[in-house]
Amino acid sequence: MASIPMVRGASAPNVLRRVSTFFYRHPNLSLALTLSLPLLWLGVIYLGSLVALLTQSFFYLDGFTGLVKREFTLRTYQELFTQANIDIMVRTVVMAAAVTVSCALLAFPLAYYMARYASYRVKGLLYLGVMLPLWSSYLVRVYSWKLILAQEGLFNWVIQQLGLTWLLNWLLGLPVIGGSSLSFSFLGLYIVFVYIWLPYMILPVNAALERVPKSVIEASSDLGARPGYTFRRIILPLAFPGVVAGSIFTFSLTLGDFIIPGIFGNSAYFIGQAVYSQQGSAGNIPLAAAFTVIPIVIMTIYLTTAKRLGAFEAL
Amino acid sequence: MVMTTNRAPLGLKLATIGGLVFLHFPILVIFLYAFTTEEASFTFPPPGLTLNWFPVTFSRSDFWDALRLSLGVAAVATIIALVLGTLTAGAVYRSNFFGREAISLLVILPLALPGIVTGIALRSAINLGNIEFSFWTIVVGHATFCIVTVYNNVIARLRRTARSQIEASMDLGASTFQTFRYVVLPNIATALLAGGMLAFALSFDEIIVTTFTAGQQQTLPIWIFSQLVRPRDRPVTNVAAIFVIATTLLPILLAYRFTRDSGE
Repeated sequence: MASIPMVRGASAPNVLRRVSTFFYRHPNLSLALTLSLPLLWLGVIYLGSLVALLTQSFFYLDGFTGLVKREFTLRTYQELFTQANIDIMVRTVVMAAAVTVSCALLAFPLAYYMARYASYRVKGLLYLGVMLPLWSSYLVRVYSWKLILAQEGLFNWVIQQLGLTWLLNWLLGLPVIGGSSLSFSFLGLYIVFVYIWLPYMILPVNAALERVPKSVIEASSDLGARPGYTFRRIILPLAFPGVVAGSIFTFSLTLGDFIIPGIFGNSAYFIGQAVYSQQGSAGNIPLAAAFTVIPIVIMTIYLTTAKRLGAFEAL
Repeated sequence: MVMTTNRAPLGLKLATIGGLVFLHFPILVIFLYAFTTEEASFTFPPPGLTLNWFPVTFSRSDFWDALRLSLGVAAVATIIALVLGTLTAGAVYRSNFFGREAISLLVILPLALPGIVTGIALRSAINLGNIEFSFWTIVVGHATFCIVTVYNNVIARLRRTARSQIEASMDLGASTFQTFRYVVLPNIATALLAGGMLAFALSFDEIIVTTFTAGQQQTLPIWIFSQLVRPRDRPVTNVAAIFVIATTLLPILLAYRFTRDSGE
């Protein structure tokens, strides 16, 4: 701990001292001052933008003139709940759920090893190993899978060497998840999503596991629990908020992404792509806005549940 | 920290190694393809290797412009996030005021909601306000979702810091500012660094919100994205990617050393 130079403290300028005392005596005022800047930013800029967006969703695009009519109507929402759009929502939510579950399953062993078994040095290296992909450009990492999954690329080459081409062809022949090649199918899309968001799951799960007191684990084994039992009844429940915290990222990031499905998907849209194309080429900002209400509603429910499960403490 | 006496099961070790390989080998693939002589497709194994793509990339001014813009935006967004995130964390930690829960939710919202929501919300605000796209429209978007990373790191550290330390400092006659400078700041320094690192990384990588707030400007991710649709000169993208990875590696290694030295 650095020593605190008391001598310098004694000669502090009088004005500063008086300001300090004033704030100390008026905690509410100093709190308001501390919060004013963040609140101004998040409350006015961010929430203001969200309100602007929601307002737009109650306008509608006049099909004849191609102009947005600025009057209150629910017409855009009627347009939103057509079968094609509902398909888009279901597809996106199912993908986000599958990606989240897979990320949790893949992240847990790594996070667990880091927290429980790795030595100080190895832990640092593993932490670096997880942070590094998080740092490297998102787009570069997405693109690397285009190289890997391409018809003439690395993945198919490995499959060929292993003599498993029949298995891959069978998988690609399956309805819905299959496609012409891995780089144009839901299967490939799913692999890329899992790869990209995995570090976002590892870090909070690891943070939660690090916080499991060693004494609790020791107590459990002292009381006669086998390692497996301790894991299921002590470690897993205590780590669960971390998994939920990580799932906020994996779920939400999958829900709103339009880059990855744009590069790997087929013509079947995801919510992000629908929003992007509605506001862009179609110029239908009301429908794009209404579309974004879907992820907002889903994430609000998700966050409320997560908060109840104590996930925010594990972030 | 005491070493655990029991050793990791073999399966767990293998799963850990597998996870690490999964996280890293795609980056190695990019390295390999930066040297390929094949410029239009992704043939594996590459037909031949060449160093030619490096000078080709470095001679392109659009690459340097994009890099400069991304670094500038990330730096400014990180500074804003550090200030706003620390202020919020301090306020939430110190007092139990009305609406505290709402604020901790509000901070996480820009990251918890899909990026496209933040993006299109800012875009509609920019449209309604007739604001021109600039460096600052990108920064505003980035800082908004970066606040949470700083906030999370700082509040976690504050919760672990004994409140008695701050009280002791005040009792010994230090003013609020001195207490912050000599007691609070040294305690949260590495948390600030970690939060700042994450904020910088988030901003440097971001493409979804940026698409809506950049207008015609190209940050590095947008530049790379625009390169992806060009079938020729594909290895140029790979070289740029290597460059990005190499330049981000240095700050992480420094930050890692720094947090280790401080006994984190």
